[in-house]
Amino acid sequence: MAKHNQVQFWQKAPIHIALLAIAFLWTLPSVGLLISSFRQREAMLATGWWTVFQHPFELTQYHLENYVNVLQAQGMGQAFLNSLTIAIPATVIPIAIACFAAYAFAWMEFPGRQFLFILVVCLLVVPLQTTLIPILRAYRDFGLSNSFLGVWLAHAGYGLPLGIYLLRNYIGELPKDLIEAAQVDGASHLKIFTKLIVPLSMPAIASFAVFQFLWVWNDLLVALVYLGTTNDVAPVTIQLSNLVGSRGQDWHLLTAGAFISMVVPLAVFFSLQRYFVRGILAGSVKS
Amino acid sequence: MACFFSKLICYESFGKKEIQSVTEVMMEFWARLLNVVLAIAIGCGGVIGLFYLANIGINALPKPWNRRLLPWVYISPALLLLSAYLILPTVQTFYLSFFDGRSQNFVGVQNYIFAFSDPAMLEAFRNNLLWLTLVTGVSVSLGLIIAVLVDKVPYEPIIKSLIFLPMAISFVGASVIWRFIYAYKPAGADQIGILNALLVTFGFEPVGWIVEQSVNNFALIAIMIWLYTGFAMVILSSAVKGIPEEVIEAARIDGANSWQIFWRITIPMIRSTILVVSTTIIILVLKVFDIVFVMTGGNFGTEVIASRMIKEMFNYRNFGRGSAIAIVLLIFIIPVMVSNIQRFRAQER
Repeated sequence: MAKHNQVQFWQKAPIHIALLAIAFLWTLPSVGLLISSFRQREAMLATGWWTVFQHPFELTQYHLENYVNVLQAQGMGQAFLNSLTIAIPATVIPIAIACFAAYAFAWMEFPGRQFLFILVVCLLVVPLQTTLIPILRAYRDFGLSNSFLGVWLAHAGYGLPLGIYLLRNYIGELPKDLIEAAQVDGASHLKIFTKLIVPLSMPAIASFAVFQFLWVWNDLLVALVYLGTTNDVAPVTIQLSNLVGSRGQDWHLLTAGAFISMVVPLAVFFSLQRYFVRGILAGSVKS
Repeated sequence: MACFFSKLICYESFGKKEIQSVTEVMMEFWARLLNVVLAIAIGCGGVIGLFYLANIGINALPKPWNRRLLPWVYISPALLLLSAYLILPTVQTFYLSFFDGRSQNFVGVQNYIFAFSDPAMLEAFRNNLLWLTLVTGVSVSLGLIIAVLVDKVPYEPIIKSLIFLPMAISFVGASVIWRFIYAYKPAGADQIGILNALLVTFGFEPVGWIVEQSVNNFALIAIMIWLYTGFAMVILSSAVKGIPEEVIEAARIDGANSWQIFWRITIPMIRSTILVVSTTIIILVLKVFDIVFVMTGGNFGTEVIASRMIKEMFNYRNFGRGSAIAIVLLIFIIPVMVSNIQRFRAQER
């Protein structure tokens, strides 16, 4: 049997080669970035990052100074904190609001339910570009521009359609008996919601959370328009694009900066990849 | 906001910070961290407190009323946000698109005539068409091929993760990664960009990938393909796994080879998923702005509709034209919206 498997393995050689080649090609850009970010400035400007493989264990060619420099002098450290300040509430707020709305759409009777949900389905694809000008004006009138609150609410608004859609699909498929039994026992809607629906929907909530967090953390446009580019509020994406604009040839700063901007989303992505994939599937494959 | 975009380019506050003592730096760090924690606590606590208060208020009402009102308490925050951030602004943008740059005088469809006739806009349309066909075509077909191949090997999860990984990277981060890949140095110098290094090794001249008008659009499109092939692969892979084993077994017994199985069984059976993936990517491509903004700023003939709109809005401060372009973007998406509704209706039945 083992031998048979081995034969089969070798028969598939073309498939293995093709897959490994694609995976290699897809990983190469990020690996290049990571290696470069540890190299000396002069070395980076003189030779390609792959030259480190000529003497891979010569540790003197690596150092951490690019990171220290970019975090302190280039404002990336503050930007990192700003990104956290933006992304965490901008994830929690729409989750809370979408959960309640999704529960109401799935298990409560009220006039206009179907119509309102179809509206949400429509809003799923509205490009946020169509909303920029009026919101920017309103923000100026209400004094919300350049404030974290303004960005939280904007991200919450833009993320809600997907959140409501995903969560309603999930919550709507929870067993009906369960909810009816709780109602017979005299549980209020709030009790059913907090004690039953939220714990049971954790996989869906987690997948939407990953979605929303990645989207907010990686966003450039919303931050650029509503938050502005001053150091004390700008997130990592803006700071990084500033670096590209002003120091486009300083590869030691750019590569380290880019990697700093990627650390958190990559960590979130890898630890919650399972949920993320499930969320994508729930949202897109359902036919 | 006045010199919004020029500010980005000539940002001057870098690098000149005075050297502080270690304690000062630490103090500042803790103060900032405290700010962050406070802001997060207020932001997150606020919304939960809101629901809690509303629930208390509703419970205080007499019986028939609270039953009828409760659903609205649950959905009204959502409806409020959706109206404030999506519905009303879109309507208002539509309205503004018929006014001049400062939104004072009614100009009819002039902004739309501009949107469909200005040379820069036509260039943006042409580029967007190129983006749409290439990104959607390549990432969906490549994703499908990988999904089918990866189904047959034992180390499937590793390959999938590696190809899916770029999904977590921002457009800005990806742009930096690829700027480095496309880095150009004049012929004769050591190339630090891997693409030009390869070209030089094989005896070609190095290419200015980002500035050369014949290749730069493709160079930018490659970034998005790199980012979204993994997405297409993951979804298509789960659809491929959903095809019943018996169907493929039966075809094989009838003498079909892998090629025929792929075209006659796999593709027809996952057609609806292919459609969903394609439309999702089409929407993403229509909205794409960051890659162009960071890589070229829309210069060298790389403008797309979305980046054009931002330029009209902030660089030229022409709100009428900006609005009209935004509405054009929306119009392109309406067919997707309609098909979404149909799919939802069918699913509910």
